[in-house]
Amino acid sequence: MLRHLARRLGQALLVVAGVVVLTFAVMRLVPGDPAVAFAGPKATPEQLAEARARFGLDDPLPVQLLNYARDLVTGDWGTSLRTRQPVRDDLYLAFPASLELVGAALLIAIAAGVPLGVLAARHKTRLPDLGVRLGSMLAVSVPVFWLALALQTVFAGGLGWFPIAGEYDSSLDTTSPLTLWTNITVVDALITGNWPIFTSALWHLVLPALVVAAYPAGVIAQMTRAALIEEAGQDHARLERALGFGETSILTRFALRPALNPVLSLIALVFAYAIVNGFLVEAVFNWPGLGRYAAESIRSLDTPAIAGVTLLVALVYVLANLVVDLLQGFVDPRTRSR
Amino acid sequence: MIEVRGLQVRYGGRLVADVPELDVAAGECVAIVGESGSGKSTTLLSLLGLTEHAEVSGRVRVCGVDVLTASPRRLREIRGARAALVMQSPQAALAPATRLGVLMRRALRLHGRTDVDRVMARALEAVLLDPEILRRYPHEVSGGQAQRFAVALAIALGAEVILADEPTSALDVTVQAEVVGVLHRLRAERDLALLLVSHDLALVSTIADRVLVMKDGAVVESGPAAEVLARPSHPYTRELLEALP
Amino acid sequence: MTTDAQPLRRLLPRVPDRFAAFGAVLLAVVVLTALLAPWLAPYPLDEPRPLERLLPPSGAHWLGTDQVGRDVLTRILYGGRTSLFIAVAVLGVSAVTGVTLGVVAGYAGGWVRDVIMRVTDVFLAFPALLLSLALAIVLQPGVNTVILVIAVTWWPWYTRLAASVAASIATRPYVDAARCLGVPAPLIVVRHVLPNSLTPVLVQLSLDAGGVILTSAALSYLGLGAQEPTAEWGLMVQQGQTLFTTNWWVVTFPGLAILVTAFAFNVLGEGLRNALDPRRAVR
Repeated sequence: MLRHLARRLGQALLVVAGVVVLTFAVMRLVPGDPAVAFAGPKATPEQLAEARARFGLDDPLPVQLLNYARDLVTGDWGTSLRTRQPVRDDLYLAFPASLELVGAALLIAIAAGVPLGVLAARHKTRLPDLGVRLGSMLAVSVPVFWLALALQTVFAGGLGWFPIAGEYDSSLDTTSPLTLWTNITVVDALITGNWPIFTSALWHLVLPALVVAAYPAGVIAQMTRAALIEEAGQDHARLERALGFGETSILTRFALRPALNPVLSLIALVFAYAIVNGFLVEAVFNWPGLGRYAAESIRSLDTPAIAGVTLLVALVYVLANLVVDLLQGFVDPRTRSR
Repeated sequence: MIEVRGLQVRYGGRLVADVPELDVAAGECVAIVGESGSGKSTTLLSLLGLTEHAEVSGRVRVCGVDVLTASPRRLREIRGARAALVMQSPQAALAPATRLGVLMRRALRLHGRTDVDRVMARALEAVLLDPEILRRYPHEVSGGQAQRFAVALAIALGAEVILADEPTSALDVTVQAEVVGVLHRLRAERDLALLLVSHDLALVSTIADRVLVMKDGAVVESGPAAEVLARPSHPYTRELLEALP
Repeated sequence: MTTDAQPLRRLLPRVPDRFAAFGAVLLAVVVLTALLAPWLAPYPLDEPRPLERLLPPSGAHWLGTDQVGRDVLTRILYGGRTSLFIAVAVLGVSAVTGVTLGVVAGYAGGWVRDVIMRVTDVFLAFPALLLSLALAIVLQPGVNTVILVIAVTWWPWYTRLAASVAASIATRPYVDAARCLGVPAPLIVVRHVLPNSLTPVLVQLSLDAGGVILTSAALSYLGLGAQEPTAEWGLMVQQGQTLFTTNWWVVTFPGLAILVTAFAFNVLGEGLRNALDPRRAVR
């Protein structure tokens, strides 16, 4: 187990190193001179030279890469050209909002996807199965930005059931200001007992979270179904039948746990995918997360900020994979001894 | 306890098992022998209505229940509780992510048994297993332990009939003797009806009272074990006997 | 299952698995309408009619007109060509690059394999859309850029797939025998490894096409992909998004076109996978 852990950690570190190199390469490719972007178009040659020296742009590329990596490790993720704030601070504000959106979406996706997968497996090749399969395939085929626009127009604009955009009603900031702990609005409101903001935040969360949840829900339903059907064809299912257990209880009480194993590793993949997919949804719902930050950075060619977002999401992805790998041991005891 | 008349099992129209007559009384052990694909396992599974996607006809009574016409609910009531199955690959037959104790407890609750802990302890004692095994997962026990646990499940549920499908063929020789010993003793102690499917004639000769020989889905010979094994009348049975080491 | 049928289950009719056929028919319709766009389209592609701006669907304009007076149906038909072209180009480039690398990695083994697979891991560690986004910012927006930036994120999947197939085939006895007889490695690869990789790659291609179409539409929606006056579905949604409440047809139909095309590919891919991969065939 320890050796397995060490090996996985080593692999993850290697991937992270590669990601840093790739990010650096992409950053160097950006057109325009970061020094000009920082010093402004009317800067004097001396100011430009100073900016160049400040960013180390005169050094050879390998030295720049090493410096970049060293800065990252020591926690210096650069300064945003647009907000003039350390990128790390900007990310610290934007990331929790994305996490809130994607977290809520994944909860919805699991809560919907797993039972639907069970339903389909239970009535394999019959109508409910066909319905779940077609529905899940529609869910993974729908363009998120379009779904976001459609839900927003119908349920927020037309019917007025939900707020159009934003994370919570900002007028509440004056009547019941929120104390920040985690920067995740819903969580902070909950632990500080700030009910007005909590309900407002939940209400604002519904539509964007549903949109982000569509893809993962579809994938999880498909995967759960396939894994359950395979599990129900195993020898042990026959013994459970011979013991008198019904099909539903064989699926939910004996087959589901081993079947969830592949589903779990899928969730790590889907998690990172949902963060980036969330970028498109954040744009529509004006959600103050990484996506909006990235979009604004892209518009102003803010290289350090773009690199920061890229790096952060890739790190989250690597981390999620690692966590899932370790979690699998708890879900399926067979993998523990490896 | 088992009464079969004119049983025919078909897969997609193809006849895979044709058993005109098969009876097993309480305290009796009957063996079906034959090579793989002879229809012996199919016959066994059809007694509990466990043959998937098959057309089954004839009359099958197990513990007084007409298996082929019984409602799914009635069928589930006798499965495990009155007629239990012991399968060939002992570990694969146990759900991988369920502790053995959890499986046994669930099965007992399913059939409305009370005093679960005492029943479980007694059943394990009967098959000479340490109760500690209840905390383990299937991959943490040996094949012999898993097989004895499967027998313990049947005992705990109070089954009167045990259907054993090649119960020893996946085990080492010494472990085989252990499992056979347990089955043999329990049959005598509890008056169990034991229907055994095997290709192992040595095993059959030590434990079975009567023998059915199957080939290509048909019963080619049947009678008291001693008689059939000593003076086989069908060439196929002779072939099987000659294959013995 | 026959003896265990419950009353509820008997009421539910058995539905035959015709996913692959259904997907193929749907896809054929999409491809045909895209190919025949010049003949099917009721209006010329680029003919803004300022006097016919934002007309609702009618007999003259089945799907209405957009904000500069262009026929929406015409642009959707031509948009299909853009999307399908992108999908074919991306998957062609990715599959050729990925399979080549994968076959080399899987067949050669050793350090060659390790280097190729570690680089693949790094690329896979980037969520695909993110890397595409980062690259698209850097390059001139346009259809070619879309193809390039998506292909950059897509090849590793084929490398991984081909490497595993190649590795399993490299150890087969007949390949061993061929090697002992002195058959040169490239010939073994062409004769034995590539043909065996073909089926899984084909299934993967049809499963991936939907994803490529969605990604390219997303890039165009963000303004990083196809540019005016190219007819592209994602771009059409972006340009019309502020008009959704007042002129729903401008946004709804291009979005539906993306949905139907991606759906057709996904259904076909799923059906093919079930038909070709007996382990996953679930009946």
